[in-house]
Amino acid sequence: MTASRPPSAPTPRQNSLRVLLNQLRDASDSHRSLTIVVAMAITTALMYVLPGLPPLSIVQGSNIWYDSFANAGVFVLLAMGLNVVIGMAGLLDLGYAAFFAIGAYAYAYSNSPFSHTDLPFIPMLFVGAAVAGIFGILLGAPTLRLRGDYLAIMTLGFGEIVPIVFLNLDKFTQGTNGIGGIYRPEPLPGLGAFSPSSPFNYFIVMVVIVTITMILLYRLQDSRIGRAWNAIREDELAAAANGINTVTTKLLAFSLGATTSGLAGVFNASKLTIVSPDQFLFTVSFTVLAMVILGGMGNIWGVAVGAFVVYNIQVVFLKSINGIIETLGIPAFDLGPVHVNLAKVPFSDYQYLLYGVALVLMMLLRPEGLFPNQRRRQELHIAEEFDEGEQGEITGAMGAAPGAAGDAGGTL
Amino acid sequence: MTSLASPAAPARPIARGLRFGGIAIAAIVLYTVALWLALPIFSPLTSAQAFPVAIQQTVNALSIGAIYALIALGYTMVYGIIELINFAHGDVFMIGAFVSVIFIGGIMGQTGPVENIPLLVVLIGGALLFTMPIIGLLNVSIERLVYRPLRNAPRLAPLITAIGVSFILQNVALVVAGSGDRSAPQVFPLGWHLELGGASISVLSIFIFVLALTLMIGLQVFISRTRLGRAMRATAQDREAASLMGVDQNQTIALTFLLGGMLAAAAGLIWGLRFGYVRQDLGFNSGLKAFTSAVLGGIGNITGAAIGGFVIGFIENFASSLGFSRWSEFLVFMVLTLVLIFKPSGLFGHATGDRA
Repeated sequence: MTASRPPSAPTPRQNSLRVLLNQLRDASDSHRSLTIVVAMAITTALMYVLPGLPPLSIVQGSNIWYDSFANAGVFVLLAMGLNVVIGMAGLLDLGYAAFFAIGAYAYAYSNSPFSHTDLPFIPMLFVGAAVAGIFGILLGAPTLRLRGDYLAIMTLGFGEIVPIVFLNLDKFTQGTNGIGGIYRPEPLPGLGAFSPSSPFNYFIVMVVIVTITMILLYRLQDSRIGRAWNAIREDELAAAANGINTVTTKLLAFSLGATTSGLAGVFNASKLTIVSPDQFLFTVSFTVLAMVILGGMGNIWGVAVGAFVVYNIQVVFLKSINGIIETLGIPAFDLGPVHVNLAKVPFSDYQYLLYGVALVLMMLLRPEGLFPNQRRRQELHIAEEFDEGEQGEITGAMGAAPGAAGDAGGTL
Repeated sequence: MTSLASPAAPARPIARGLRFGGIAIAAIVLYTVALWLALPIFSPLTSAQAFPVAIQQTVNALSIGAIYALIALGYTMVYGIIELINFAHGDVFMIGAFVSVIFIGGIMGQTGPVENIPLLVVLIGGALLFTMPIIGLLNVSIERLVYRPLRNAPRLAPLITAIGVSFILQNVALVVAGSGDRSAPQVFPLGWHLELGGASISVLSIFIFVLALTLMIGLQVFISRTRLGRAMRATAQDREAASLMGVDQNQTIALTFLLGGMLAAAAGLIWGLRFGYVRQDLGFNSGLKAFTSAVLGGIGNITGAAIGGFVIGFIENFASSLGFSRWSEFLVFMVLTLVLIFKPSGLFGHATGDRA
């Protein structure tokens, strides 16, 4: 997509700000990796400073904010990985938490009193990710030959089974109690030791991981493989006819998603210092799915922002909302026969209900998400322009859809 | 085998039914024998003690299989018609279980076993008449509100929506009923037993099996004999062509959801009678097993889904009878995996021709 945007040709009527923005956009398009590094650096600086300032500092202390940012980073990673599967390749993975669990347990086995091992953290990030990726291949290889729907149900089953297996094999996993006392990462040069009292180190490590992952994913998206994913998602038959090996390409997307999930799992285990089966239930997969959908399938930074925002709404806003209502002094009122006392409503119990409603509403009203990817948006809205029974023509008409000339030109 | 998409009603249904019944009875007997032989190996029971246990467990397997079969029918019909895995179907079953508890416990005010047979008939019949239309309509309105607008959207959209609906139903139940088990009134006396070969077989299990079988035969007759059933089969076979022949698409699809919901409601009632509790996350697990049943039987194939349900019931019962109940979910998942690897069209399905 780098080459597709025509060079900006400002007319005299455009003001200088617009020219500057256009130049900035061109520059960011041609130096995407650098842009990501700069953007992440700015974001990190903001995230370092803002928790000390009023609106955020009232809710909780800086260290708690850094801690929650690092935890949010885990979900940003998860969402970016799931985005490869759902957004880029168009496959539905409902057992995403299983790979998260596999990564986490891989780290637990390499760094805990239970296994009497203490392996270094950074290499284990790769090992855990690789182990999860291998499981992704094992699960994907038989399933991806079939229609997409079967993948959804297989992954749903797999996501259900993995925690059960970790629970039942109590000789090797300590069952419900999980593996505790996992060693924290060894001190890194320039950062000092990792401890619960200095969540900032975890935060910085997370920022680095997210930045690198994001750069890799953007490069992948613009590569031949990324275009192959696009093609498969839009029309698998046509993609196969054009010489794309659909099974291996889909498998690559699926296992890459699993790998990212495993990476997040390793980090999470090293931070929580305990892994247990109940951390990896279907609700985790569902939460990440909601993040990807809300952020905008296929848009890497949109998904990352979506995950970050949803996570913070979930752990900070929903938990403190009752306190805020109490502070604001909103009185209890009667809504017909129902007595409503907002300060007593357990909002955090409703989070999955909210996700469910959000998911359905998004699919009905704005399937492209809050921060849409241009190409994905055209695809998702294309059906609206045709009557029932004309599906055969839809694929043929893709290129001619209004507005399709913008971003899509030259990529296929 | 009646697939939803089979061209015509089977010829000579009685003869086919008899032959089919013969095979089914042979399979059940085979299961009992297998369990009888396996029990002494995995448990301290002697061969003589194992025999009555095997018979009892077979009957148990049939009643749990009946629940899975009834749910699986809803999955398979919806998939046959609009090629959607309706993830919310398991949760529709769960809501059905709750509504039947509301009827028996709340409206009729029963809490324990009812020995009075006429009253029992009124209770269970009433619960069916109360729950089935409500849940059927719930299922229809889900289709109307969220699936229909997405009928021509990319495949991913309705699937994600279905997952969303599943979560909404589950969490509505959670908010209304709270987490944890809620007791369901077991109005059917658990003490009623028949003696057979030294084994005491609970009448409830037989009743469940007969009820489920009746509903399934009713469905089969409806689909193969009535005009609306023919419309359903036509739509499953080729939606466009059926539409051109004057079959009302929306009506047929709504009918499919209605029937699926009604069967799920019956399964919900049975669950309450059989296990004595309902819980908001009931639908997730049972839904997964029922879906596996549908895949096992060949998705879109009605008889296949029913048989698949009983097969899953047998597999699960086999594992739990031998003391591996913790692994029954794992086993069911392995079945799903193996079927998808080696015979994705299921035991009775036609090759889908839709493999990538």
